[in-house]
Amino acid sequence: MKINKEIPKVKLESGIDVDPLYTQEDVEKSATTIDKSNPGEYPFTRGIHDLMYRKRPFTIRQYAGFGTPTETHERFLYLIKNGQTGLNVAFDLPTQTGLDSDDPRAAGEIGRVGMSVDTLADFEEVFDDIDLDKITVSLTINGSAIILVAMYLAMAQKRGFDISKLRGTAQNDILKEFIGRGTWIFPVDASVKMVVDVIDYCAREVPKYSAVSVCGYHIRESGANPIQEMAYAFCIAKAYIDETLKRGLTIDEFASRLSFNFDIYGNFFEQIAKFRGGRRLWAKIVKEQYNASSDKSSWLRMIAGGGGGGLTKEQPENNIIRSAYYALISALSGTQTMALCSYDEAFTIPTEKAAEISLRTMQILTHEMGLCDTVDPLGGSYYVETLSNQFESEIVKVMETVDAEGGIVNAIATGKIQESISRQAYARESAIQKGEVPKVGVNCFKKEEEVKTVEFHPYDEENAKKAISRLQKVKNERDDDAVEKCLNQIKTDAAANVNLMPSVIEAVKVYATVGEITQTLKDAYGEYDEPIYF
Amino acid sequence: MNTKKLKILLGKPGLDGHDVGVKVLGHALVDAGFEVVYTGLRKTIEQIVAKARENEVDIIGLSILSGTHLVLSEQMDSEMKKSGLTIPWVVGGNIPDGDVDAIVMIGAKAAFATGTTIEEVVDFFSSVSTD
Repeated sequence: MKINKEIPKVKLESGIDVDPLYTQEDVEKSATTIDKSNPGEYPFTRGIHDLMYRKRPFTIRQYAGFGTPTETHERFLYLIKNGQTGLNVAFDLPTQTGLDSDDPRAAGEIGRVGMSVDTLADFEEVFDDIDLDKITVSLTINGSAIILVAMYLAMAQKRGFDISKLRGTAQNDILKEFIGRGTWIFPVDASVKMVVDVIDYCAREVPKYSAVSVCGYHIRESGANPIQEMAYAFCIAKAYIDETLKRGLTIDEFASRLSFNFDIYGNFFEQIAKFRGGRRLWAKIVKEQYNASSDKSSWLRMIAGGGGGGLTKEQPENNIIRSAYYALISALSGTQTMALCSYDEAFTIPTEKAAEISLRTMQILTHEMGLCDTVDPLGGSYYVETLSNQFESEIVKVMETVDAEGGIVNAIATGKIQESISRQAYARESAIQKGEVPKVGVNCFKKEEEVKTVEFHPYDEENAKKAISRLQKVKNERDDDAVEKCLNQIKTDAAANVNLMPSVIEAVKVYATVGEITQTLKDAYGEYDEPIYF
Repeated sequence: MNTKKLKILLGKPGLDGHDVGVKVLGHALVDAGFEVVYTGLRKTIEQIVAKARENEVDIIGLSILSGTHLVLSEQMDSEMKKSGLTIPWVVGGNIPDGDVDAIVMIGAKAAFATGTTIEEVVDFFSSVSTD
C-alpha cells in the first residue's frame, strides 16, 4: 500500500520495516513459495501436528532445582502435585563445570543456582518415587552433559526402567555455551565430539530420548536479534547433524529427536513470525539439504519460553504481565513445551510464590483462555504471514553469511560471533538507557521506587557441608579399584577416539564422581582457551 | 580534562558464565577512552590479582552474577592484602541493594547493584581518574 510520508517509521529489532497495513498482496510478494499447507503437513508452518493443543496441550516445564538433592526432590514433588507435566533440572555451577563439591573452586557455589550433583547417589535420591515413564525430565547441562546423561540412564536402569522406552531431553548444546552462558570446559572440537557421542549413543540405545536441545535462547540473551537467534541455532544444529552423519547413522535415525530451545521477549508479532517462519525453514533444510524421508525428521520441536532478557528489576511486578504476554506468544506460535522466567528472576532464584505465579499464568492460557481450542489461530493474518515469510528469507541470509565466513564452528572457536553479539548487546543496552528503545518502568513511566526488601532465596552453608560429607561417604563406601579401572577405560576410549558414552556409563555406575570423570577428560583433551577481545 | 585515563582490569571470578554485562561495560569503557583488560571467564581471585599486577592496571572491576559476591569479595580483600597491591577494586553484577554496603565494608571501593546504568559506572571510573 502507499504509505503517507507523515507516518512515523517502525523498525523491528531484527531490522525489518513494519507497514501500517498488510494485505493479501504483501503475503504473496514476500513468499518464496506458495505455502498452503495445513498444520501437520510439510513444511509445518502452522504447526507440526494436525490437531496440536486440541489433542494435547503444550507441556509446562519450569526450570527448577537448588541445594541438595533432598531439597530439589521436594520441589519436584511439589511441582508435580501442582500439575506440572515435565521437570526441567537446574544444576549448580560446580556440576555444570565438572567440579566436585569438595573442590576449592566450588566454594560458595554448592547448590546455589541449581542442584549439586557429585555421584550417581545424588540422582538416585532426587528422582526417587518419580515415575520416569510418566514425567519427562529435561537436564539443563552442557559442558558435563555426557556425564549427567550417563547418570540419568544409569539411574533409570538401576530402578528397572527400560531405557529404550525412556523419554526426556538433555540440553547438551555446547556450541551455544561458547557464545553465551559460558559453562564450556573442553576445546571446541572435543566438546562437539562429546555432544555427538551422546546423540549417537541415544539414537541407537535410547531412541525416544532427545539427546540435544539446540539453544537459540542463550544466543539471543547474549545480544543476538531474533533473526540471528534462529540462524545461529540452525547453523549449530546443522553442525551436530553433519558430525552425527559421519558416525554412520542416517538422518531419519536421529533428526526426529533433535529439539530446540528458543527465547521470547521483545515485539509480540516479531516473535510469532520468528517461530512460524523458522519452523518452515527448518523443515525445508532437513528435507531438502539432508534428504530426510520421514516428516518427523523435519519437525522443529521446541521449548519456547519467556526470557529473562525482557524482565526488569524496576517495578518487578510488571514482569508478571510481560511473562503472561510471552506465554501467549509461545502458545500462538505452536510450541511443544513452555517455560517462563518468574517475575523475580531478574535478580534472584525464584521464590516458591513467584514460581507458582508462572505456573498459573500458563495454566490460565490452557484452561481459561481457549488457546488450546484451535490450531494456529493467527494463520491467515496478512501481517503474521508476511512477517513469517520475511523471517524465513532473512534467516537464510544470515546462515549464508556464516557459511561464507568459514562456518559456525570456526566462527565460535575464533570468538568472532561472540564479539559481534556483545557489540550488539552494548548497542541495545545503550539504546534502552538513552530511552531510544522504550522499556516501561525503566526509561518511561518511571516512579520513585520504595526500597523494598525482596525475598531472596537464601544460600545455605549447611547444604554445602552436607554435599561434601555425602560425597565423602560415597567415596568411602565405593569400590575404588573399580572406579580406577573405569576411569582408565575412559582414557583409553578417548585416545582411540571411540564413543565415550559406554565407558562413562560404567564409570558413573561404580560412583566415579563428576569431577573425576571431567579431570580424566581434561587430561585427554585439554581445556578451552577463551578468545579475549579487549 | 587532560588527566590520564585509567587502565581497568575487568575480571570474572568464580564459576559464573554470564558475561553479557561485563562485555557491555567493557565496550562502554573503551568508548569512554579507558584502556580495558579482560580476564575471560572463571578465573580465581589469585589469577585476577596476578593479571592486575602483570598489566599494571589502576583499578579492578569484578563482575559476579551467581550470588557469590560476598564470598568472593572476602577472598579479594585478603588476596589484595597478601599481594601488597594497593589499587582500588569494585564489584558489579547481580548484587542486591542490601549487599552494596557489605561489599564496601569488606574492602571494595564501590559496589554496583542490579539496575545500575552504564553511565553511572562510567562516571564512577571517570571520577576515580580525576582523583
